Amino acid sequence: MGLLDITDLTVEFPTRRRLFVAVDGVSLDVQPGEIHGLVGESGAGKSTVGAAVMGLLDPPGRIASGNITFKNQQVSGLDDEAMRALRGRKISMIFQDPLTSLNPLLTIREQLTETIRVNLDVSAEDADKRARDLLDRVGIPDPDTRLDQYPHQFSGGMRQRVVIALALCSEPDVIIADEPTTALDVAIQAQILDLIRDLVDERRVGVILITHDMGVIADTTDRVTVMYRGKVVETGPTAKILSTPEHAYTQSLIAAVPRPHKKVHRFPRINYGGDDPDFAIEDLSRNWPQYDNVSGDPLLQVRDLTKRFVEKRSILPWGRRYFTAVDQVSFDIMPGEVLGLVGESGSGKSTVARMIAGLYKVDGGTVEFDGDLVSDLSNREVQRAYRQEIQMIFQDPFSSLNPRMRVDQIVAEPIRHHRLLPTVDIPVRVAELLDQVGLGAEARQKYPHEFSGGQRQRIAIARALATQPRFLICDEPTSALDVSIQAQILNILKDLQEHLGLTILFISHALPVVRQMCDRVAVMQRGKIVELEDSETLFTSPSHDYTKELLSLTPRTENMYERPGSEPK
Amino acid sequence: MSVFHRFWDSDFAWDFRHSPVAVVSFLVALLLVLSALFAPLIATINPFEPGNLNLMNGFTAPGTQNAFTGESFILGTDDQGRDVYSTILYGMRISLFVGFAAVALGMLIGVTLGLVAGYFGGWTDAIIMRIADVQLTFPSILVAMLIFGVAKGFTPVEYRDQLAIWVLILSIGLSDWVQFARVVRGATLVEKQKEYVQAARLIGRGAMPILVRHILPNVLSPVLVIATISLALAIIAEATLSFLGVGAPSTQPSLGTLIRIGQNYLFSGEWWILFFPSATLLALALSVNLLGDWLRDALNPKLK
Repeated sequence: MGLLDITDLTVEFPTRRRLFVAVDGVSLDVQPGEIHGLVGESGAGKSTVGAAVMGLLDPPGRIASGNITFKNQQVSGLDDEAMRALRGRKISMIFQDPLTSLNPLLTIREQLTETIRVNLDVSAEDADKRARDLLDRVGIPDPDTRLDQYPHQFSGGMRQRVVIALALCSEPDVIIADEPTTALDVAIQAQILDLIRDLVDERRVGVILITHDMGVIADTTDRVTVMYRGKVVETGPTAKILSTPEHAYTQSLIAAVPRPHKKVHRFPRINYGGDDPDFAIEDLSRNWPQYDNVSGDPLLQVRDLTKRFVEKRSILPWGRRYFTAVDQVSFDIMPGEVLGLVGESGSGKSTVARMIAGLYKVDGGTVEFDGDLVSDLSNREVQRAYRQEIQMIFQDPFSSLNPRMRVDQIVAEPIRHHRLLPTVDIPVRVAELLDQVGLGAEARQKYPHEFSGGQRQRIAIARALATQPRFLICDEPTSALDVSIQAQILNILKDLQEHLGLTILFISHALPVVRQMCDRVAVMQRGKIVELEDSETLFTSPSHDYTKELLSLTPRTENMYERPGSEPK
Repeated sequence: MSVFHRFWDSDFAWDFRHSPVAVVSFLVALLLVLSALFAPLIATINPFEPGNLNLMNGFTAPGTQNAFTGESFILGTDDQGRDVYSTILYGMRISLFVGFAAVALGMLIGVTLGLVAGYFGGWTDAIIMRIADVQLTFPSILVAMLIFGVAKGFTPVEYRDQLAIWVLILSIGLSDWVQFARVVRGATLVEKQKEYVQAARLIGRGAMPILVRHILPNVLSPVLVIATISLALAIIAEATLSFLGVGAPSTQPSLGTLIRIGQNYLFSGEWWILFFPSATLLALALSVNLLGDWLRDALNPKLK
């Protein structure tokens, strides 16, 4: 008997058309002082398990069968009153987004002491003292001052520490952490995970850690349960599951995690459950214009690129304050090369990309493409030609496709705009493109919401290829996608680079991915490039401290399962 | 599957079928609109052809026989002997026409200015939205009366009655663009941050195609909701203006004009001349408004 036992839990959502079973016969338990990881891709039902335990299922969701017991006491089926006594008091929850889990109108002191006094029978002074101790314990420096600040005065990582302190207020026995570090940078993620680990060891609480990230599982958990489409496919001690997974799904999930330590030709594909359509690179390359990628001149030259954003507005020029997001960044990209741009959020990497793409005006410096000055947006001739030569693939395929346009209209738009083909030939070309990225003919008549994340990213790629560009900017193209789809999309990008000779600027915060994708890598910190090196050199012998720090934070994958023969050719 | 089947099967249509309020108010509104449209076919007479009238028929109570002519009228007659049932049908035509046209005008102005303000920002945005703010500080009926008065001053006396309807449309339309502009501006600010707009800019599309082809279709659902609710308000605004005597002339009376005429007889016992036009106005405004309320909930996924 564990601290929290979930036996044969089934959660269903009756909808108009059918009964959707989100969680199907899931059993798991947590012991005191243990972190139990719950891992799966989006839609696997892992968050629903957490919500069911907390009694927070959104209607019309309901627990259809199964049992949840806490210290041998029945939890499932309790009425609201009894649930409130348990929820928050004995079982706490940490959510993904620290910004929305704190009340922006109350100081940290008010939020903490209120929670403490509601849950524990202590005096106002005691509650105050506890609040201070808690902040100190979760590693917030200078707790006396910080207590009287508001949530917006904390950075993302600090805020998540406050959320953890809030979850600890009632001295719970079980904490359910739902993607607690997904919204955070790698460095802060590592700190938060360490903190959770320490608290578990110290207070003997049991934690269910819900995540999609195998790296988090590897670094933090004692046991792991893998979910796929609402069902548990495998469960056991973390080390054993990671090194010798038995179920085919777990194997492909682990094999798909990008490795920072050695370069592979292509990512192992996850071929469990179907959906990995072919990408017809040979078809594409047959009609692709051939460019000379061997001559010595760089395709793109960036010199002293600078961008300032207004921080404080004022009519008077001397009253304005600026924040320098990008500070004198210079680099070259050779034809046919993949250049990686790495950094934490706020380091200015996306701003660089948007300036190169001409979406932002530059505040200083120049961008030259193939000898033309393209950072001057007023030169219409040059801009028009440039627009055909570059394309961009965005991070979020749910936002990068217009929800009110049909897929064929989306893909045809660049062709129509540049008048590349006579109107009658456009449907044929669109059909070809969609076919080449692995979407069938019936995809043309549909709207974006009818597709999954990976399919949408393929549509975005089809649109990007429509003008036959030479240069592609990929801004975090896979960070909104599941690991399995990440592998598909990255393989497509590699194909594009190798077979079509595309030059790519690849932006990411994930070092292992960059290692696999890029020839050279630029590391950005606070608007500046701190290191620009050959990818091999950078990963084996980094010279800048910041690069070393970033590298030390990548998840340990040495002992992870690798699929035999995952190295084609 | 045919287009109709697809629509019938959609969540939107399903939602509609399962909301009694929506179905009833839709049927009431549809009945009223259709009867206004086919007024010449279903009205007993055209009450605004002087030749059709018999003054002897004046003040006949509903359902009773006239003492002089022996004729009876289902909803009675007014002072001139006009059949109230027919005047309502014809009055509703004017009311609905003014309502639809005024909302269309307000929507056209509001959506355009809202898109421009939201997309371009800066000075354009500041000027447009300050004008909107100033206009909002006056009750819209006052604004409408002001525009009505000014426009009337410019129209030659002999055309005044003919142009009154158009002036009415202009004044109500101009008084009600602000809420369209505000909502569209807000929605545009959200949409223009999305990556599909950046993707379109990246292709090289200019501001106009982006606004019309990309942003406009994505901000239309709140506009639809406001348009429906505005329709009810515009019909009421028109009735108010006509009631005050500054709207539709008595040669082309709207429901508001009928109410104004009717209220003179309320205290002398001829209640039906006031009551039936008022009840029709209430039914029309209420059904359209309830429909708008339902539409707002149905198009907002957060409320589900």
